[in-house]
Amino acid sequence: MRVSKRASGAIALGAAFALVASGCSSSDDGGDAGNSADGAITVDGTEPENPLIPASTTETGGGKIIDWLWTGLVEYPNNGGAPQNILAESIETTDSKVYKIKIKQNTKFHDGTVVKAKNFVDAWNWGAYSPNGAQNSSFFADIQGFADVNTADPDGPDGPQKAPEPKAKEMSGLKVVDDWNFEVTLAAPTAVFPTKLGYSTFMPLPDAFFSGSAEDFGKKPIGNGPVKFVSWENNVQLKLTRFDDYQLRDKMKIKDVTVKIYQDDTAAYSDLVSNNLDFQQQVPVSAIAGDKWKSDLTDRAVSSTIPSTGIIAFPIYDKRFADPKLRRAVSLSINRQEITDKIFFGNRKPADSWANPLTPGAQAGNCTACQYNVDEAKKLLAEAGGFQGEMVFYYNADASHKDWMEAVAQQVKTNLGINARAEGVPTFAVFRQNINAHKMKGPYRAGWQQDYPDVENWINPLYVTGGSSNDGQYSNKQVDALAKEASAAPSLEASHAKFGEAVKLIDQDVPSMPIYFQLQQSGHSEKIKKMELTNVGELDITSVEL
Amino acid sequence: MGRYLLRRLLQLVPVFIGTTFLIYWLVWSVPGDPFAGKCGDRRCPDAYINFMTEKYQLDESIWVQYATYMKNLFQGDFGSTWNNREVADIIATAYPNTLKLALVALLIEAVIGLSAGVLTGLRRGGFLDNLVLVSTLFLIALPVFVVGFVLQWLLGVKWGIINPTVSNEMRLSELIVPGFVLGSASMAYVARVARTSIAENRRADYVRTAIAKGLPMRRVVGVHLLRNSLIPVVTLLGTDLGALMGGAIVTEGIFSINGIGRAVLRAIVTKESATVVSIVVVLVLVYLLMNLVVDLLYAALDPRIRYE
Repeated sequence: MRVSKRASGAIALGAAFALVASGCSSSDDGGDAGNSADGAITVDGTEPENPLIPASTTETGGGKIIDWLWTGLVEYPNNGGAPQNILAESIETTDSKVYKIKIKQNTKFHDGTVVKAKNFVDAWNWGAYSPNGAQNSSFFADIQGFADVNTADPDGPDGPQKAPEPKAKEMSGLKVVDDWNFEVTLAAPTAVFPTKLGYSTFMPLPDAFFSGSAEDFGKKPIGNGPVKFVSWENNVQLKLTRFDDYQLRDKMKIKDVTVKIYQDDTAAYSDLVSNNLDFQQQVPVSAIAGDKWKSDLTDRAVSSTIPSTGIIAFPIYDKRFADPKLRRAVSLSINRQEITDKIFFGNRKPADSWANPLTPGAQAGNCTACQYNVDEAKKLLAEAGGFQGEMVFYYNADASHKDWMEAVAQQVKTNLGINARAEGVPTFAVFRQNINAHKMKGPYRAGWQQDYPDVENWINPLYVTGGSSNDGQYSNKQVDALAKEASAAPSLEASHAKFGEAVKLIDQDVPSMPIYFQLQQSGHSEKIKKMELTNVGELDITSVEL
Repeated sequence: MGRYLLRRLLQLVPVFIGTTFLIYWLVWSVPGDPFAGKCGDRRCPDAYINFMTEKYQLDESIWVQYATYMKNLFQGDFGSTWNNREVADIIATAYPNTLKLALVALLIEAVIGLSAGVLTGLRRGGFLDNLVLVSTLFLIALPVFVVGFVLQWLLGVKWGIINPTVSNEMRLSELIVPGFVLGSASMAYVARVARTSIAENRRADYVRTAIAKGLPMRRVVGVHLLRNSLIPVVTLLGTDLGALMGGAIVTEGIFSINGIGRAVLRAIVTKESATVVSIVVVLVLVYLLMNLVVDLLYAALDPRIRYE
């Protein structure tokens, strides 16, 4: 996420469902095969923040590269369809608890070794083992025996006590059957598990990873995807090239890709406008004002929707925000349409549902708390007994959040008569630290980009008691029960229906306020004749034609 | 002279230790856990934070951390970044780039600034003098990023004369515009200081004597006047090289140059103390050495100055 990083905060990479297959608008029906065959392009990027290991990366700078270097068991189509098997031959289950996974035979890693079942099992065990410190370790928590390999620190990372050494190095729920088959036993039935398998954490790792050190591997990663790693010059560029032995899908049509590291997205934009850069995923804020980017780029501009929502969350652990009526009143007093029009120039959409509407299982318009209804808000505020003192809206000041957060505070002040204002916390790190420590004294900016395309990803981590991102400590037993039932449902349809019921309760409790849905403004050079974006808005490198 | 040099060099030692510790302490006291914001809007697993904290010894006291850092530094180990790259590599690639840019900037400001200063100093009150006065005022008043963005947009995007950003090869021709931008404010100061200095010395006795004994004007200006007027200008230029290297953050960002300004900014934001301190250490050394060179140059310019 880095600029995007601190920009919208997170942006878990990887997966998601969505729309966006925006073919290039060029009148050409496709590229010239000759041009493409040894063609090279340069795309913008940021310095990866972590070693390039799938389970260790959550930010987009490195995440984008990992998405190109690896292909997993399932993949999320660009056009927003359901996840499809790609490296998996079949994923079978009768009870959503035990999954028999068969992989395609004789596909290769970039170093020429064959992808076998044990490459998955070993990789997942490595990611889950807590002493390895993988950022994505919690994704393996569904698997039986996770608690034995991943121990919690009794007093948190700041405390003097250390986490105990895990009892085991391997999860009991993973079993290699033979070279092409393995079996996964989950701790509890989970219908959405096969969908999760397309997220980058679940990628296989070659034998070379386990024989050498993880640190060295992270400098020269070996994947199994359409693109092969060549070199990484710090803060300058990463060079990648086509993997000619790739058999899972179409190979890359062009040959070489350079990811040029820009510190400043306006510099990248200048290069894009003058055709020195072939693709920029998100044009800078300065180019969006007044739709300047559209006139600069004309038919090279690509607009898309990505499954990411801007949210303001309540610190429910603070007694002043414990009353759902108060929270609903605040939410109803915010005019989201005005904010997206006036502050974002229409380049974001007002949020009107709890899960992003692009997500399978999401229901458009199911956030009644997202409506703008001042009368109702005033009534609810009176019922809640008003609000004493100052209501401060917090945001991290190192990204462009000031304007819209101040607009929100102003609306709350004008519409409800609450003494509200917005305050910036200097850096994202401090901001996040306060959130983690449950020390926020007012509603704060949050954001959520789905990891994998299912409504489950918008409920369980955010609104279930003890959820990995339920930072406001919202807790409703009925929601917990419904979400648990939904997760364990025998089919995705049944699961989605149950989540729908849980959302109805969440909509009354308003643990957080969805504000806007993210849109993405990208651009490409004249050289690129055809290209598509993935479900999360990254460049689909195999689709590029020159 | 030799003893003076030795004394100056020995003075570098306490300055070096003091500055490095100060920088280390400053970065250390930047609030915020460096890993708390690493996982975006999701909280990082405790295991990850523990792993990193232990790997980089961040749970130790600042004294232990600093001692370990210095120990490694003297063994040639500059430490590693959070994404496990060698800081030494970053310095090795970024420093030459910034030095190149700073030298181009210095050359531009010396040549343009000095010639403007000499010309206007000799013909005060004329059209040229007023023109230089107004244009230097303009350059001083404009922030560097305005000059940078305007030139980048005009020359790079609108007219297409240059590439908007500098390529990774750092060709000299590509550095002219960024160098001009970086040196523009100092150039204005050089012109003004040179003009005042020349104008003052123009009326000095030795200049009148030189003219009176019938020396050609070229010699009067070139040898007698210029040499004596250069001392403040050399001071300015000498200390400016250090300032240019440290102050190139904005210019490097605009023209996407992989230099130390960019590296150090990134490191400060992510609280990578090893990177910040290592880069600043080299910067401090450059600063100290440039000051020494300037002091020695005084003696060359003005024979009355002697060092013991």
